[in-house]
Amino acid sequence: MANEQMNGSEILLKCLVDQDVTEIFGYPGGAVLPIYDAIFNQNALRHILVRQEAGAVHAAEGYARSTGKVGVVLVTSGPGATNVVTGLTDALMDSIPIVCLTGQVPTHLIGNDAFQEADTTGITRPCTKHNYLVKTVDDLARTVHEAFHVARSGRPGPVVVDLPKDVVQAPGVYTPPNKVKLKRYNPQVKGDLKAIKQAVELLAQAKKPVFYCGGGVINSGPAASQLLTQFVRLTGYPCTLTLMGLGAYPASDPQFLGMLGMHGTYEANLAMHDCDVMICVGARFDDRITGKLDEFSPGSKKIHIDIDPSSINKNVRVDVPIIGDVAHVLEDMIKIWKSEQAKPDQKALKAWWKQIDEWRAKDCLKYTQKGDVIKPQYAIQRLYEATKNLEDVFITTEVGQHQMWAAQFYGFEEPNRWMTSGGLGTMGYGLPAAMGVQVAHPDALVIDIAGEASILMNIQEMSTVAQYRLPVKIFILNNEYMGMVRQWQELLYEGRYAESYMESLPDFVKLAESFGAVGLRAEKPGDVDGLIKEMLAIDKAVIADVMIDKTENCFPMIPAGAAHHEMLLGPGDEAEKPTSEDGMVLV
Amino acid sequence: MTPKSEIENSHTIAVLVDNEPGVLARVIGLFAGRGYNIESLTVAEVAAGENLSRITIVTSGTPMIIEQIKAQLDRLVPVHKVSDLTMDGPAVERELALVKVASSGDKRVESLRIADIFRARVLDSTNDSFVFEIVGDTGKLNAFIELMEPLGLVDVSRTGVVAIARGTGAL
Ligand SMILES: Cc1ncc(C[n+]2csc(CCOP(=O)(O)OP(=O)(O)O)c2C)c(N)n1
Ligand SMILES: [Mg+2]
Repeated sequence: MANEQMNGSEILLKCLVDQDVTEIFGYPGGAVLPIYDAIFNQNALRHILVRQEAGAVHAAEGYARSTGKVGVVLVTSGPGATNVVTGLTDALMDSIPIVCLTGQVPTHLIGNDAFQEADTTGITRPCTKHNYLVKTVDDLARTVHEAFHVARSGRPGPVVVDLPKDVVQAPGVYTPPNKVKLKRYNPQVKGDLKAIKQAVELLAQAKKPVFYCGGGVINSGPAASQLLTQFVRLTGYPCTLTLMGLGAYPASDPQFLGMLGMHGTYEANLAMHDCDVMICVGARFDDRITGKLDEFSPGSKKIHIDIDPSSINKNVRVDVPIIGDVAHVLEDMIKIWKSEQAKPDQKALKAWWKQIDEWRAKDCLKYTQKGDVIKPQYAIQRLYEATKNLEDVFITTEVGQHQMWAAQFYGFEEPNRWMTSGGLGTMGYGLPAAMGVQVAHPDALVIDIAGEASILMNIQEMSTVAQYRLPVKIFILNNEYMGMVRQWQELLYEGRYAESYMESLPDFVKLAESFGAVGLRAEKPGDVDGLIKEMLAIDKAVIADVMIDKTENCFPMIPAGAAHHEMLLGPGDEAEKPTSEDGMVLV
Repeated sequence: MTPKSEIENSHTIAVLVDNEPGVLARVIGLFAGRGYNIESLTVAEVAAGENLSRITIVTSGTPMIIEQIKAQLDRLVPVHKVSDLTMDGPAVERELALVKVASSGDKRVESLRIADIFRARVLDSTNDSFVFEIVGDTGKLNAFIELMEPLGLVDVSRTGVVAIARGTGAL
């Protein structure tokens, strides 16, 4: 059987099956016709036909993030390949394991400006973790297996395998994964015990400690989140999460300070600013987190656990770097903490919590729902209340204010339940991502919390939703503005709202209906609960158009270029704290 | 005074890579995309049987940047080993240049005299020109080229630096 002659396309599919792939997201075209022909002739793999290749990558991202598996994409050469560039960049920034198979013109035409030729490996080199051009069918199986290994190990990321048409047509021999020698790329997963010991000592002596944790905890697998929760509770220290890390520590836990960063909570950001020992677990000190770098947490010793050595000392110098996989390192850390019988200074800790509680008392996320207009925070809070006790819920988002409100007001108790475009901030991510999640979890409730501008960026995917009867719920916070853009224009450009008003929006209810979905609308605060109830009762796709306050801003906010303690808490705060020239150049 | 962490130093970094298409583009793209300097870069296959090439990069930056450069190089899939020859102990460095000087009379004699002092070899000679080959560290080559400037220097071709650690160790 193993030596049976197959063609390249059959070899490719066999690779996928042996890599545990069951679903792929794709779109056909000339260069990949042999592969589609092979797909036609088998039943092991289910192909989900998207409506634009960008949707395929985001769907695969949603699939990957909700399952921990590698997401797989198949597209044609030229325009098929160029359409995946945004998704690949998104997956690279957020460390999502993706294998993207791109068709290519036959090898003898490469470099000839042939029809639908693009230099795919050239174009995708900076936006993939690695990429390959397979030049002969003899290399095919080994390359695909290595691609999966690279995508999922170490810091995960997207990998492109470019497949010339003659290669996938040629007869060849299959090599199974266990016969492929992976002689390169073996990232270190165990942390250095000496460094871990040092970290434990530092943590045990802390008077004002804080855990700052991110998407790396989630990428390390569900065990990492459990270990993190165990360790945070063992220490009694406060814990904050990045946008990408939400769910790595239970939101309802009293030791949770909420999200940190540009739109993070007052208590989380001030704890970061004032702490004396910070332990960063699987996060990367990016500019949305640190704010002004030279004023970032000035008085603290810093411990950093990361599987990617290049994340360490990139933006912020740390005192104890630990290179390794989060779960492995935390396991060792807990062991050492216990065996050394670490005893934190309870008096200092009590004072620290007292301070934190004072910050908490500011109630920085407060808002008032009164009058006739729906406040976006209220809509999300009601959605959360209505769904938090349900069995199996996944939330995706688009990008903008609604995304930040979702992060602030929807609580996640578990990892892998929250999919959002963090690093790249890609509008149009949420709907295809929700599709991918729903494909992986057919019986789950999957909600895309969307903005009316973002949703239009990949609205064509409603057709995919219809074809596969995916019951995703699209919960649009409709402010008729690119709200986040409008907010910056209000705060930084004296209210000159250049091109941020969303003219000529579709009627989302009719739009839903035209795709065979159900459209609902809420216009008054009193409509919100009813709309949510109705939405949840429908076992089809729903677009819920929630008309919200058009000019609500998202607070707290640390303006770009400001430090953590220079946070704006609400509308009244703006005047006193003008943004510096340096800040204005930042995004 | 500039704090130590802000001082930019030149480092010679040796990188052992799989000799495969795109590997050089990956390395160069990394430097371009992240705004790092390349002062010189050389590459050639060093172990044909194992399909390995060695890249020598001379770059400069603050200690934090140099650390980043090494970590970024090290996480590329085709990269097997990264070594900072400047940091990791004594190393020898050499560069080769071909230097063309076109002149006559006293200047021509003078260029030959200086070449002799620098132990440069004459590779080609016509009635009005020489091509010198000179080997040495970058500073020596710079000095030689500078001296040739007024003597009719018309063209220079340099290999860039290659380097290797002193002693018994290998990359
Ligand atoms: C593809 C893309 N283009 C532009 C932007 C810049 N951008 C960030 S938020 C935003 C507005 C989003 O509007 P909407 O989806 O209505 O969300 P809201 O902020 O109103 O909640 C824009 C244009 C982006 N993030 N992604
Ligand atoms: Mg909007």
